[in-house]
Amino acid sequence: MSDTLTEAPQAPEAPTQNAGVVHGLYREGEPIADTKAPKVDIKDRWTTRQFEAALVNPANRRKLTVIVVGTGLAGGAACATLGEAGYHVKSFCYQDSPRRAHSIAAQGGINAAKNYKEDGDSVYRLFYDTVKGGDFRSRESNVYRLAEVSANIIDQCVAQGVPFAREYGGLLDNRSFGGVQVSRTFYARGQTGQQLLIGAYQALERQIAAGTVQMYTRHEMLELVLVDGRARGIIARDLVTGEVETHLADAVVLASGGYGNVFFLSTNAMNSNVTATWRAHRKGAMFSNPCYTQIHPTCIPVSGDHQSKLTLMSESLRNDGRIWVPKRREDCEKDPRDIPEEDRDYYLERIYPSFGNLVPRDIASRQAKNVCDEGRGVGPKVGDFARGVYLDFSDALARMSTEAVAEKYGNLFDMYQRITGESPYEVPMRIYPAVHYTMGGLWVDYDLQSNIPGLFVAGEANFSDHGANRLGASALMQGLADGYFVLPNTIRDYLAHGPYPKVEETHDEVVAARTAVEERVQKLLSVNGERSVDSFHKELGHIMWEYCGMERSEEGLLKAIDLIRSLKDEFWRNVRVLGSGATLNQSLEKAGRVADFLELGELMCIDALHRRESCGGHFRTESQTEDGEALRDDQEFAYVAAWEWGGEDGIPTLHKEDLVFDYVHLKQRSYK
Amino acid sequence: MRITLQVWRQDGPQDGGGMRDYVLDDVSEDMSFLEMLDVLNEDLIGRGEEPVAFDSDCREGICGSCGLVINGRAHGPEVTTTCQLHMRSFHDGDVISVEPWRADAFPVIKDLVVDRSAFDRIIQAGGYVSVNTGAAPDAHATPVPKDDADKSFASATCIGCGACVAACPNASGMLFMGAKVTHLGLLPQGQPERDARVVKMVNQHDHEGFGGCTNIGECAAACPKEIPLDVISRLNKDLRTAMRHGH
Repeated sequence: MSDTLTEAPQAPEAPTQNAGVVHGLYREGEPIADTKAPKVDIKDRWTTRQFEAALVNPANRRKLTVIVVGTGLAGGAACATLGEAGYHVKSFCYQDSPRRAHSIAAQGGINAAKNYKEDGDSVYRLFYDTVKGGDFRSRESNVYRLAEVSANIIDQCVAQGVPFAREYGGLLDNRSFGGVQVSRTFYARGQTGQQLLIGAYQALERQIAAGTVQMYTRHEMLELVLVDGRARGIIARDLVTGEVETHLADAVVLASGGYGNVFFLSTNAMNSNVTATWRAHRKGAMFSNPCYTQIHPTCIPVSGDHQSKLTLMSESLRNDGRIWVPKRREDCEKDPRDIPEEDRDYYLERIYPSFGNLVPRDIASRQAKNVCDEGRGVGPKVGDFARGVYLDFSDALARMSTEAVAEKYGNLFDMYQRITGESPYEVPMRIYPAVHYTMGGLWVDYDLQSNIPGLFVAGEANFSDHGANRLGASALMQGLADGYFVLPNTIRDYLAHGPYPKVEETHDEVVAARTAVEERVQKLLSVNGERSVDSFHKELGHIMWEYCGMERSEEGLLKAIDLIRSLKDEFWRNVRVLGSGATLNQSLEKAGRVADFLELGELMCIDALHRRESCGGHFRTESQTEDGEALRDDQEFAYVAAWEWGGEDGIPTLHKEDLVFDYVHLKQRSYK
Repeated sequence: MRITLQVWRQDGPQDGGGMRDYVLDDVSEDMSFLEMLDVLNEDLIGRGEEPVAFDSDCREGICGSCGLVINGRAHGPEVTTTCQLHMRSFHDGDVISVEPWRADAFPVIKDLVVDRSAFDRIIQAGGYVSVNTGAAPDAHATPVPKDDADKSFASATCIGCGACVAACPNASGMLFMGAKVTHLGLLPQGQPERDARVVKMVNQHDHEGFGGCTNIGECAAACPKEIPLDVISRLNKDLRTAMRHGH
């Protein structure tokens, strides 16, 4: 396979078949566009669409079944709301309870354009900040709607009993977050994700009790069922009994989260995976902007090979902590307290004097990598380099007193100490960037429908709202906006255009999907090789982080594609999955997910390779300004890259959706 | 560090289980307890033995998936979740026993994995505010005293891990249930259903096979989120009030 990589560009054979083939890796197809957003002023688009969407008579709703995969903010909220509307909902999650979806781990807060602080916030400003923050790679219509429904989300959650922070007068408190200049973030201490998710979970459990939602916990979707080109169900495996089950419906919603675990080490939950969306991609759903990964600058660094996961420290620490590394390499192993002021390099304050330690996530992350690459990183070595920089609170402790620092950051300091065994009150913290969120996902139109009729995608699983970079406190907003307010309105239009012919479990396409799953499970169990699933996953993670992480180059990406192909080949020859398919078998679960990550990893590298510009957290070495800053290329790349699966032995096809900016003018970001 | 593990192995819900010993020679104190089990599992797979099944997901102490009885204590020697317990809490040469949660209402599925769906059914019985999406008034229409909101939040931090049940000699789920009753009962939004909620939840709790509370307090001592014992007093008070109101 690796041969085609080097040979194909020089010697294209059979030009008719290879027309438009680039690098031997992909071809370009027809452009695509969203046709669902009404062509009216942006302020009126959502109201118009809601009115134009057809209605389903309440008596008919109970005859219609909707499958929802995933129970995080988007999936849980969608299940609850569709259940309340009277549809028959089947809800699936791989965890033992819907309450454990990874949305629960979000710390910071949720944005909403309430303007409760009277500080000049508005729907338009939230829309503007989100488009600009995403480096102009998201779709205006979708982002405007997100800002528009944000205010309703807060009302809904408060009515459910979500205990947001309040002021002494009893009204809700807000804070500013992630460098935004208005206070529009609602929060519940450092557990906003948990509190919002529990709200959605309780609403979902209420519908389970009411009988509108049927819950399938410890179930994993392993295939999408298409009948006559429409999404009509899923094949799922009961993770306890191992039974492969067929579930049919009138429409399918994927709300299965992001795919950051392709990097093995990330802030994602251990079992977060790409399988649901990847299986849909292989059935024809386009995968958009897969290379857009958000790297978060303030995570606890890796301490050794045993490491299974990375823990995020709230970004708020950058408000008072100062980031530095030693000026000289030979000082890196010294106790930081013995390094005098003049031998420290406060590199963010030096390079970006006006923003200092508060530069955006992508910039803070890249500069940390640069100083570590120079050999000036601190802490334990991972490979040849120490991967850590100091986040030092000694100035803050002197200025504010220990009590004041503890009041503000005490719980974070305790968490850090528990994980590292060091007290940030005494020794500077060490931090390093880590993979946090993926902005790419399945392509959807304004209705959140993929290019497969009847297949809807919500939350982090779709690509639509964050462009190349996500603002802090916007992930929770998008999950709940999609689940509570958008999907229930758009899916009814699809359902109202039915009824779609009834499908039997014995239908050829259903049987074929199920057989494919059973065969795949058997195949994984029968390889009987030498290497554990985790060892493959870790190796893939290294490749992805090294070549498709914070900094990417053509040379590196071509190498990564080569390495991933060899690894995939070895996986199917040499993976060892013990036990049977008829019981709880966690190695088998992981094996299926890693097999999909291997295919996704290759597509991420192809996407990163073709996008020869730097935008968001995606820095291409070939596209930078004279002083080394990210350089976007709007002439060439102001589009969404939507990839079509090319078949088992084929190459993917790139479809471009041009991004049109009628309201927010394209501008280069600068933080100097 | 050299660690000897005595791990509960059980093939399936119907099988009898037993403890099995494993020795690990290179345990680093920086490992979390679960990462130490990951290392054990890699070792077992290498030797052709099925890895130990255990639940974990976020590994940040918030999803509530993980839960092991370590040396007889729910989540082990520190007041935290199992994923946030690190090997520096142990010593070179230690022998550590690892078992699943033990309670009739939490049947064992395999090895260290138990079925905690009884907790979901308790929430289904009434652990929510009945409000349909889109019908909510402006969030500022109902002020909530800061003190109430803060206390409500403190109960809402429950992650549903089940350590309270595992620690209780009666396998009672009263701390879990008390946390929810307190969270919603302190807010104006939770008042209309307050009486009905507590009665329905307690009935479901008993129906699931959890034991009654005899105020031993092990639950609060083991709770990784430090939910205080007085949520149970509040639950009992709400239950008496509801009964007086004829529920």
